[in-house]
Amino acid sequence: MELHQLTIHELQEKIRGGGASALQIAESVFSRIDAVEDRVHSYIRLMKKEAMAAAVRADEQIKKGDIQPLTGIPVALKDIVCTQGIPTTCGSHILHQFVPPYNATVVEKLAAAGAVFVGKANMDEFAMGSSTETSSFGPTRNPWDLERIPGGSSGGSAAAVAAGECIASIGSDTGGSIRQPAALCGVVGMKPTYGRVSRFGLIAFASSLDQIGPFTRDVEDCAIMMNVLAGYDPKESTSVRAEVPDYRRFIGRDIQGWRIGIPGEYFIEGIDPEVSAAVRKAIETVRQCGASIVEISLPHTRYCVAVYYIIAPAEASSNLARYDGVRYGLRTADARDLAEMYEKTRMQGFGAEVKRRIMIGTYALSAGYYDAYYGKASQVRALIRRDFDEAFTKCDAILTPTSPTPAFRLGEKTDDPLQMYLSDIFTISANLAGIPGISVPCGFSASGLPIGVQFLTGHFEEGRLLQVASAYEKSAAVEKRRPSL
Amino acid sequence: MDFETIIGLEVHAQLLTDTKIFCNCSTKFGASPNSHACPVCLGMPGVLPVLNKKVVEYAMKMALATNCTINPRNVFARKNYFYPDLPKGYQISQYAYPLAEHGYLMVEANGEQRKIGITRIHMEEDAGKLIHDDNNPASYVDLNRTGVPLIEIVGEPDIRSPEEAAEYLRRLHEILVYLEICDGNMEEGSFRCDANVSIRPKGQKEFGTRTELKNMNSFRNVQRALEYEVKRQQYLVENGEKIIQETRLWDDAQGATNPMRSKEEAHDYRYFPDPDLVPVVVDEAWVAEIRAGLPELPQARRERFVNEYQIPAYDAGVLTSEKALAEYYEEVVKLCGRPKIAANWVMGDVLKFLNEDKRSIRECPIAARSLADMIGLIEEGTISGKMAKEVIADMYATGKTPRGIIEEKGLVQITDEGELAKTIAAIIEANPGQLADYRGGKEKLFGFFVGQVMKATQGKANPKLVNDLLRKMLAE
Repeated sequence: MELHQLTIHELQEKIRGGGASALQIAESVFSRIDAVEDRVHSYIRLMKKEAMAAAVRADEQIKKGDIQPLTGIPVALKDIVCTQGIPTTCGSHILHQFVPPYNATVVEKLAAAGAVFVGKANMDEFAMGSSTETSSFGPTRNPWDLERIPGGSSGGSAAAVAAGECIASIGSDTGGSIRQPAALCGVVGMKPTYGRVSRFGLIAFASSLDQIGPFTRDVEDCAIMMNVLAGYDPKESTSVRAEVPDYRRFIGRDIQGWRIGIPGEYFIEGIDPEVSAAVRKAIETVRQCGASIVEISLPHTRYCVAVYYIIAPAEASSNLARYDGVRYGLRTADARDLAEMYEKTRMQGFGAEVKRRIMIGTYALSAGYYDAYYGKASQVRALIRRDFDEAFTKCDAILTPTSPTPAFRLGEKTDDPLQMYLSDIFTISANLAGIPGISVPCGFSASGLPIGVQFLTGHFEEGRLLQVASAYEKSAAVEKRRPSL
Repeated sequence: MDFETIIGLEVHAQLLTDTKIFCNCSTKFGASPNSHACPVCLGMPGVLPVLNKKVVEYAMKMALATNCTINPRNVFARKNYFYPDLPKGYQISQYAYPLAEHGYLMVEANGEQRKIGITRIHMEEDAGKLIHDDNNPASYVDLNRTGVPLIEIVGEPDIRSPEEAAEYLRRLHEILVYLEICDGNMEEGSFRCDANVSIRPKGQKEFGTRTELKNMNSFRNVQRALEYEVKRQQYLVENGEKIIQETRLWDDAQGATNPMRSKEEAHDYRYFPDPDLVPVVVDEAWVAEIRAGLPELPQARRERFVNEYQIPAYDAGVLTSEKALAEYYEEVVKLCGRPKIAANWVMGDVLKFLNEDKRSIRECPIAARSLADMIGLIEEGTISGKMAKEVIADMYATGKTPRGIIEEKGLVQITDEGELAKTIAAIIEANPGQLADYRGGKEKLFGFFVGQVMKATQGKANPKLVNDLLRKMLAE
């Protein structure tokens, strides 16, 4: 097997045993990129020069015996995390030349852990989308079927891991933007608890929902990445001072006697029959692991999408006000006065989906409408959170489908925003409640498209989440396939 | 028609923290443009605010000093609007859940003491500054002021006259400066005031249509602008015209208020809780700690000065108008034990010198110890009051101690009876005509002899001793 196909822990063994150098790993990844990137388009920007230099430094460290958790591991960064001196676009024309003078906290942490950054991964513009089609740099394609979307908004990060264009990657998840593309690309993707991973340097979409998390090839790699990413950050007020356990310890533990909750509200009509079958099989697998299956209810589930599409655009309308052409980013060339500069800059800089959400959000916060929309949505959000609190008194983890369908075709939903919004129907609730969720591959459709199953646990229970995901992964032993690119 | 004036004031005060409210940039005024501006100030993508705890403490001090109730959980909110001096496209302020509410201040104006309500005090960040190029059609943005902490003190519409408004502002200003949380500089904008004003026929309950006044950068201008605006509104009503609800700018040179372009105020701020900041939780222990650390406030200190030092209310008012001045005075009193005399020297000579040089009491070259010593020297008769005038001027000019100056200049008073008697005898002998007239009943000539003695002794003779000796010797 080639180096670019391996997991973090497999590569770590090779590095320790002298079976591979960081430079060899980086070269393997970049030759893979040379072979497939023009078809997949996972990246907005590659960082080959920096990556090769980092790999050489990693090898020097390895020689000295100073091996950090990610030493020599090629990692892709969603182009929403700021990288000092490296353009960071957020998939938007308005930031196409923006070069941050600072690193996101996660970038600092990954660098300190020895990661080699491969490039900045493609994404829906400002993370608004579920297919990576709203990127102003063109869509990313699903490595399993190039006519299909990889999911989104972190589609580039998911596709890069699936296609062998990196070993692991970073995404961000506001309503499912890690878990849904992970499911659609056949990789593992986790959204941690809100407050678990610092948002400093993460370009904001909806601040109360955004959370950074990893894409990996298996659950153990996810634990390795979480060990690096998690923790309090004094630069971020909503980051939480909660103890960070060694997540790797949870890998391989059984789930004997666990109660796994199945919310009836998530097994609805309209869900793809192959997805439904794969997830039912996953429930069976979990039962065979010694867990009991309990039916639970999350009664406010049907409001999740509506609540999300008030709160997220409302926050976005405010978060995106800073792109005004005054200090950085795009400024229109032809404006006669201030109002025209604002209007033209934003008209030219933002794509259609971003404009749509800015308008929805502005409306939802307007005088006379606030109470009916934002105010009401915030109240219902509290009820959704309470649903989960109550559910977790009856079960240890919840199992649901990650996405109602496997990857759809490019262009299939671009003219129908509501249909597009529904592809996050099972993932949004975790963001509204702030709880962690993970998507793990659970099979393939007849046409060979990956399907994912989602597990959810209570706040700051990432350890237990990894435990149930890894127990499932081991027991399910989903066929190891690779996309034929 | 008889009208009643209704005024409510909104005051913005810059807090004197070393660093900004949401980042570590310096708050220093006057630095070169954008030298105190980091990615947080610039509203760059992905950067986040972290609240400066000092700001909360300073704001709590003001809240407690104005009898407010502190909300145990208060929330920062975003005020959304576009302007080039507002980097994020929103100002972080407080809206539905401010830091403090329901306060008041006692204000004395027109011989009447009244309670003026304070609706709320909240924390927020200041915006940047636009600098317009006179030669080019261009404007520049300076973000040094962005993120400088402010408190907004929103007053109830309880004020009934422009004089009372000015007085209320003076009291607020005095407290802010006393608490050492604001430098109070109105010209540099550390203390800014907007006024809402309306009139209504006496006896009517409903408020009239109000106008908002801006751009008044002194207490006097606030009063003048309000006086003008009240007259303008009365004129409109008396002539059957309508008052338009609008924002008006005070024009100092013109002595009038003019409407601001209405386009600039058509805002829907779309306030909502800032998801980047967690609610500020203030427990009772924290409130107690801040309360315990409050200094004696000006009003309380004034009353104490009147009672403890037996000085007139006017003197107490002057001496407590500034915290450092009050402390200076108290130090002098503590060292010399003469409150009234100390008050006269501080209010008279010391303040006169300082005012002439536009210096603050903190920069006063006369140490409290020196002034107390000088008062002591007068009391014990070493120098006369007249000599002291010269001594204190020298103390101010050189910073030297009174004893040093007296020795240097040989200013010590002649209190030696024998020596003085000799001088007096010589003067009497040299002026036989005046002596005869005096003895003949022209008592006014006593002054002539005193003058001669003082002249002969270059003013060093102890006046009391001169009087006593002269009276005795002229009578002999």
